[in-house]
This record gives sequence, structure tokens and C-alpha cells, in this order.
Amino acid sequence: MSKSLTKLLAALFAAGILAFGLAACGGDDDGDNGATTAGATGESGSEGELTGTIRIDGSSTVAPLSEPAAELFMEENPDVTVTVGTSGTGGGFEKFCAGETDISDASRQIDEDEEGACAQNGIETEEVAVANDALTVVANPENPVTCLTVDQLAQVWGPGSQVNEWGQIQGLQDAPDAELALYGPGTDSGTFDYFTEAVIGEEGAQRTDYNNVGEDDNATVTGVSGTEGGMGYFGYSFFVENEGTLKALEIDNGQGCVAPSPEATQDGSYAPLGRQLFIYPSNEALQRPEVLAFIEFYIENATEIAEAAGFIGLTDKQKATAQRTVDGLAG
Amino acid sequence: MSISEDAAGGGAGSIARPRLEASSPRYGEKLIRALLGLCALVSVATTLAIVISLLVPTIGFFGEVPFVDFLFGTDWAPTFADATFGVLPIVIGTLTVTFWALVVAIPVGLLSAIYLAEYAPSRVRRTIKPVLEVLEGVPTVAIGLFALYFLRPLFEDVLPFLPWSGPFSVGVAGFAVGLMIVPLVASVADDAMRAVPSGLRQGAYALGAGKMTVSLRVVLPAAISGVVAAFVLATSRAIGETMVVLLAAGATPQMTFPWQVTESVQTMTAFIGTTATGDIATGTITYDTIFAVGALLFVMTLIMNMFAIRLVRRFREVYE
Amino acid sequence: MSPVSGGPAGRTRLATAGARAATVGALAGNGRRDRFAGAAFLALLLLALTVALTGLASLLIWAAIEGAPRLNIGLFTEGPSSLSPETAGYRTAILGTVYVIGGVIALIVPLGVGAAVYLEQFADRSRWWNRFIELNIQNLAGVPSIVFGILGLAFIVRGPFSLGFVAAAASMTLALLVLPTVILASREAIRAVPPSISEGSMALGATRWQTVRRQVLPAALPGILTGVILAVARAIGEAAPLLMVGAVTFVTVDPSFFEGGYSTLPVQIYNYATRPQEVFQVLAAAGVIVMLVVLLAMNSFAIWLRNRYEREW
Repeated sequence: MSKSLTKLLAALFAAGILAFGLAACGGDDDGDNGATTAGATGESGSEGELTGTIRIDGSSTVAPLSEPAAELFMEENPDVTVTVGTSGTGGGFEKFCAGETDISDASRQIDEDEEGACAQNGIETEEVAVANDALTVVANPENPVTCLTVDQLAQVWGPGSQVNEWGQIQGLQDAPDAELALYGPGTDSGTFDYFTEAVIGEEGAQRTDYNNVGEDDNATVTGVSGTEGGMGYFGYSFFVENEGTLKALEIDNGQGCVAPSPEATQDGSYAPLGRQLFIYPSNEALQRPEVLAFIEFYIENATEIAEAAGFIGLTDKQKATAQRTVDGLAG
Repeated sequence: MSISEDAAGGGAGSIARPRLEASSPRYGEKLIRALLGLCALVSVATTLAIVISLLVPTIGFFGEVPFVDFLFGTDWAPTFADATFGVLPIVIGTLTVTFWALVVAIPVGLLSAIYLAEYAPSRVRRTIKPVLEVLEGVPTVAIGLFALYFLRPLFEDVLPFLPWSGPFSVGVAGFAVGLMIVPLVASVADDAMRAVPSGLRQGAYALGAGKMTVSLRVVLPAAISGVVAAFVLATSRAIGETMVVLLAAGATPQMTFPWQVTESVQTMTAFIGTTATGDIATGTITYDTIFAVGALLFVMTLIMNMFAIRLVRRFREVYE
Repeated sequence: MSPVSGGPAGRTRLATAGARAATVGALAGNGRRDRFAGAAFLALLLLALTVALTGLASLLIWAAIEGAPRLNIGLFTEGPSSLSPETAGYRTAILGTVYVIGGVIALIVPLGVGAAVYLEQFADRSRWWNRFIELNIQNLAGVPSIVFGILGLAFIVRGPFSLGFVAAAASMTLALLVLPTVILASREAIRAVPPSISEGSMALGATRWQTVRRQVLPAALPGILTGVILAVARAIGEAAPLLMVGAVTFVTVDPSFFEGGYSTLPVQIYNYATRPQEVFQVLAAAGVIVMLVVLLAMNSFAIWLRNRYEREW
């Protein structure tokens, strides 16, 4: 075998070992590889420092909130290890109710079957709001339309809807002469559930002939910004990131057109598309001091955390409610 | 003609046929044989486990949804309020993507393999083959994003006469999957062709045959079992691919046939992938569709493989 | 039995067919047209190879360009960070990948080669259960990866093995996923070893296992290594089944085999790619480059080994 090829392969192998070495030795080893079972009791260190592991899993929408929360918390408590997973709200609850995780991220509220499964395993939980989100309906910037009523939204998105052109939407002034190109999130997502419930009145009731972007809301951005008659909806953070290429439609819920914004969401005027994002801690986990400290930290710093993730922070009233719930669960 | 008769099996051994096994029962041999057999049984255990983990929820599912509605219905909307469970759209979606993937992968892969095995100078081969194989290790996530953000606009530029709309296209997704499995086809087929004894080749050359004739008429038929194995592996891979189609083909379950290249589509694997990691509550009928679709996929590949094995056996008979 | 090793009858028939083709070609064909056809064929082959290489190379170049802003040492040494993605790195994901894939290799080599050896050398093909095993393996190759995720969650994380959400569970799940690839490739490799080698060895008094160990396996090594290389390449890129089996997307602590949370590169990349912020998209593309470096390192040894043992019959 040729010498130069041997040398090349040897060099590559060495480069790989180097990469591995850098990864293994570089950076600091914070936290410990301690016990991971959710039932383990954490112990406070000698100087009142917290130790232990906290497992979080659930919605990939809420993960961008839990991750900064975990990072900030670990900066102040270097002996605690927090891990965040994204098995989805449903998958997260399944693991949570089996006692395998401490906190479940959720973009929708827990449903009856899940509560039943939790109760069977002796796990009590309640929702703790950690951020607000404004579901934003977006259109192409060239589109002259600026505002839609909830009723018009239902016309477009309702099940069995025959509306295929902007001109067919009733009561709409300066509708463009373009075909409707609809983009929506995956039908297994909390965003879809919330939108259908809020606009159409029934969870899951929506027309089926639209462009389903599945997991990747960035595809809605590409689709709507590239098609004159495009319309789509997703969470606020996706709009904020793409303000240059998209236009957010104002929503009229009977009290005039309201644009999505942090203020409008917090004071409730951006209705009905303002929603909350939740975490669900288990009463068992809250018995451990590090978990309790983490949740309280989360609520207290909710505004900074939400801003870091592109979401909208909690109002003081919401923070108080959340704190009360936590106190109630911790017992 | 197998010469693997067990030493212990022939109790009343006839004297006529010479046996190539040792005359004393070697227990070490039997132990090794048992261990190796266990290795092979791991695959059976795996299949059993898959069947078990799929079966119970699937049975529950069919308790609620009539089998005929599932198999022959053309409306797939299990996560909507007015749920329908006709699985045909996503089956057609899977088949369409697989079709385009194979259209790309089999010619490109096989021809590349012929080049590498028969034509390429050894230094060229020894560099290109590892390069191809490493490229197969590109994460499927990356290939999906590449298809979405690079290939799709490229295709629109190159083929503007097709009815493009929206960022998803089954043709682009199929092309990306095909590109991804080219190294698989090329590598396995190349190994198969290289293993053909050079005596056969040299004999044909000695008779004055050109390289093309030797490659196509002597080497390829001799290596057919390995080449078909490569095709079967490629087809299996294309059918089972999840991430690329999830990102590039979209999630709109409509009946998209191969000639509707620019339409979005949802494959069975993409459906399972999004729903399993999505926000659906476990234990509901909607969640159980995952298992039903998984079971259907399993049965489909089983039937395909049974066909393939029979086909290969027929090919082999021609040459034996 | 493969046509090549189908005994004297098979090879004679092949040689005859080849001879016939060659003679017919030489006698009946138009010389210049044949040469043209040969040249056209070569051009076609090169075109195919170019398409393959260009297609895959453009993927790499695209990833490199997208990820270029973030390519620096920090990518390898820093842990993940949602707060400051500009300085985040893939350290824990790299280690997670290495651990998980290391476990996969440790499992698939003995199991895969063992199964292939059994099926090719020791099994009686006429027995129905051996044919059943064959069908089984071939079928498993086409089961989508997410089904293995379901399997892993039910049987390895919970169920009989009850390993929990640890790297070892991921290794086992992925090993089951890619095992058919190794078995199929190894079988072809073993099948291609001329039977004269094993027959000669046994004629000299070696047992079947000795023959396999000393003659057949070394001869089949290149093909077996191809199978392992392809299997590793497949396993390293999987995200969906690992998400089900408990890989997390955010962990700042270095992983270990049997305890603790872990992450892998594709899981991390997928997480970043679906975020809206541009900086995450760049990070995701840079992650692809990191993955290829890791894959290259893991495979380079196998590639070197294969090149050394390759031979022509």
C-alpha cells in the first residue's frame, strides 16, 4: 500500500485522537457523574451547597427555556448537574409519570390520561407557567393585508375550508390577487393544538390540505417569505428572528387589531393567540432541595430566561401564581 | 453442495463417502458452533422483540379502527379532531421517495462500483473508496438540511419548467436519499466484483474480449449475488430513512406518485418520527398509530425481502 | 452457494458463458463500433463516479461554508450553551458519540462476524430454521431506525435489561440496528473466499473452526471491514432512535457508560437546526464538520487495515 496513503491515514487517525483528547481534557468538568435515578435524595454539601442531578425532558418548544435556566443555575451551583432532553411533550410525560424524570417541559397542558398514569405511580404534579408566547400569524411582506379577524382566520384554516385565494376571504379589504399558500406546524405539536383550539374552537380541527412543515418551523419562514400568497403560523421567537423577511398580521378579537408583542401578550390584549408555556415538576422531586431551588430560580429569573430564548417573560402576577403552586406541591 | 455435516450427526456412518470432518467428536468445535449459532440467534431475538413491542398496541389500535379502513383508506389525518386513518397516502409517499432514491442510487452506485473494481488503477481506487465510505457517515440531519436549503433551490434553477411550490419536494428528497446510499451500493458491489477470481477475467481477456464485455458479461454475472445484496441493502435503507424525508419532503400526507416530483409528501417513517417525538400523549389511539404504521412497514419489508431472496436464488440457478 | 464457489460445475459454466460472450463479441462485432462502445461505457462510468463524488462533495462544501464562522478549537473543547451559542461547543456530544459508537463496534464485530460465520460455514442450508434466520436478518436491515428506538425503550432502557437512560443502552440499540449490515457484508465476504482454500485446509486435517479462523476469516477480512465501516457510518448519524432511548440534548457533564445523561452529535445538531436563531444554524453546520472528523478518525484504522489485507485471487 502506498506510503503517502498510509501517512495520510495515520495523520487522520492522529487528528481524530487529538480531537478526542481535546474534547476529553479540554473544558472543565463541572458537576458530577453521580446517581441519575429521579428518586435519589440530594444532599447539601458542607457549606450549604447543593448537589445532585436534575433530569428534565419534554417539549422541544420549551427546551430553549429550560436550557438557559439550567446553565444559569449551574453557574451559581456548580455541584448540581441538570440535563435537558427533547422527547416531545407526550414522550416527556410518559417518562415523567414513570418516575424517570424530575421535571417535564410541556407546550400544552397535561391531559387526563397522563394525569391518570401519574396518579397510578403516586406522582402528583401541577402546571407551572414559565413564559408567555404569542402565536404569530405571518404573511409575505408584499401582501397589503395587515389585519385579520379571528373569524376570518377560522374561515381560512377551518376543517373542510374551500378558501383557496385571498380574495375569497369574506370581509377582507385590499386582499391581494394571489393564491393562498398555507404553512403550518406538525399536527403533533402543541402549537397546532393551541391554534386550532383558540381559533376554531376545537383542538385538532383544521383543514388538511396545507403545507405541513413537520418539525422545522424554519421551513415556514422559507415558504411564506418566498410565496406572495403565503400564510403561516408559529411561535413568537421564529417571527422575531425573521422580522426582515416576514410580516406579522394583527389579530382582531372583537376589540380592534392587535399586533403581537411582549406587552400585548402580557396584558392579554393579543387574544386569543397568547399562550403560556409550562413545566411540570413532580412532588417527589420537589422534596429534594436542589430541585426546589432550581424551580424557584427558574420562576424568579423567568424574564431573563425568556428573553434569552426569544420568548416573552412572565408578569409579576403570573410569577406569584407559579410560586404558590410550587409551594403547594413541595408541601 | 454443503460439506457441513456435523460430526456428531452421522451416527450410523456409511463407509462410501469420505468425510472431511475429524474422526473424533471435538467438543471444542461443538461449543464454538453453538456460540456462533447464538450470535445468529440474536437477530431472531431482535425480530421477536420488535414484533412484541409492536404487536400489543397494534392490536389495541385495530380494536378501534377497522382494518380495511386503515389499509385502503386514502385520507391520513390521525392527529386531527376528525381523525381518519387511511394509510395509503403515506405508503405511496414512502414508495415514491424510494423509487426516486433507487433511480439515482442504483445506476450511479453500480457504475461507480464497476469503475472502481475493473477500471480504476489501484491507487485511485484506494483513495476514492474510503472517501465514498466516509461520506456515507454524514449525518442524515445534514443531508436533510442540505436538500432543503441547497438542492431544492438548485433544482428549481435547473428545471424551471416543473410546477415548483413551497420548500418541500418528494423528488428532491428522493434524490438526496439516493445520493446518500450511493456509497453503500458502490462499496458492497465493488467488494463483490473484486472477489471474482481473476482466472475468469484473464481467460476472457485472453480470448480478445474488451473491458466492457468482461465487466458486463463475465464479472458482473459472477458477482451477482453480492450485487443484488447491495441493491437489497440500498432499498431497505431507502425505505427506512427517516430524517432526510422528515426535513426535505415535508409532512403533508397526500397521494403523491413518482411523476409528481414537486409535491410535498409524508412517508411512513417521517410520520413515525414526528409523532414519536412530538407532543401527542402516549397511550392514545393517535399515538398507537405509530405502532400500526411500524407494523405495516415491517410487513412490507418482509414481503419485499422474501421476493428478493427468491429472485437471487433464481439468478444463482442460472449460473450453477 | 455463490456462483463463483458453486463447485466445478458452476465455475465451468461461468467460464463457458464468458468465453462465449468474448468470442461472439470478437467475431460478430464491428471492431470500431466496439471500441467506441467501450469508450462510451468508460465515459458513462466516469460520469457516474463524478456525480457521486460531486454530489457528496457539494454537501461537505455547503456545510463547510455555512459553518465556517464557527470553526475553531472551542468547538471541540467547549460544552453546549444556549445562552452564549457563539462560544458553545460540542465537547460532551463528541465524547458521547465516541462512547456510544465504541460500544457499538464492540458489539457488532463479534456478533456480526460470528453470525455470518455460522450461516456460511456451519449451518445446514436445507434446514428451515437456518433459512428463517437468513430471512430475518435481511428483513431487519429494512426496519426504520425509529422502530429500534421503540424497541430500545421497551426492552433495553426498561424491561429485561433495565439499563436506564445511559450510553450503554444507546450502544445496544444502535448495535441491533446496524448488525444486519455487518452480517450481510461479512457473509458476502466469506462466500467469496474460494472453496479450494477451505477444502484444502480441511484436507490437511484442520477442523472447520481452525480453517475458518486461520484461512477464511483473514481472507474475508476486507469485506468484513467494509461492513463494519458502513455500519459505523450509519450508526454515527442516527438521531431519532436515540431521542427515544433517552439521549438528552443538553448536558454539560462528560458522559460515562453506565450512568448519567449523554448526548451525541447528530442529536445536538438536530436540536440546533430547528432553532430560529441564525447563530444556531451556523453552529449546526459546524457540527457536521465535527462529525466528519470524528467519523474519519474512527474509520481510518479500519480503512488502513482493509487496504493492508486486500488481495486478488
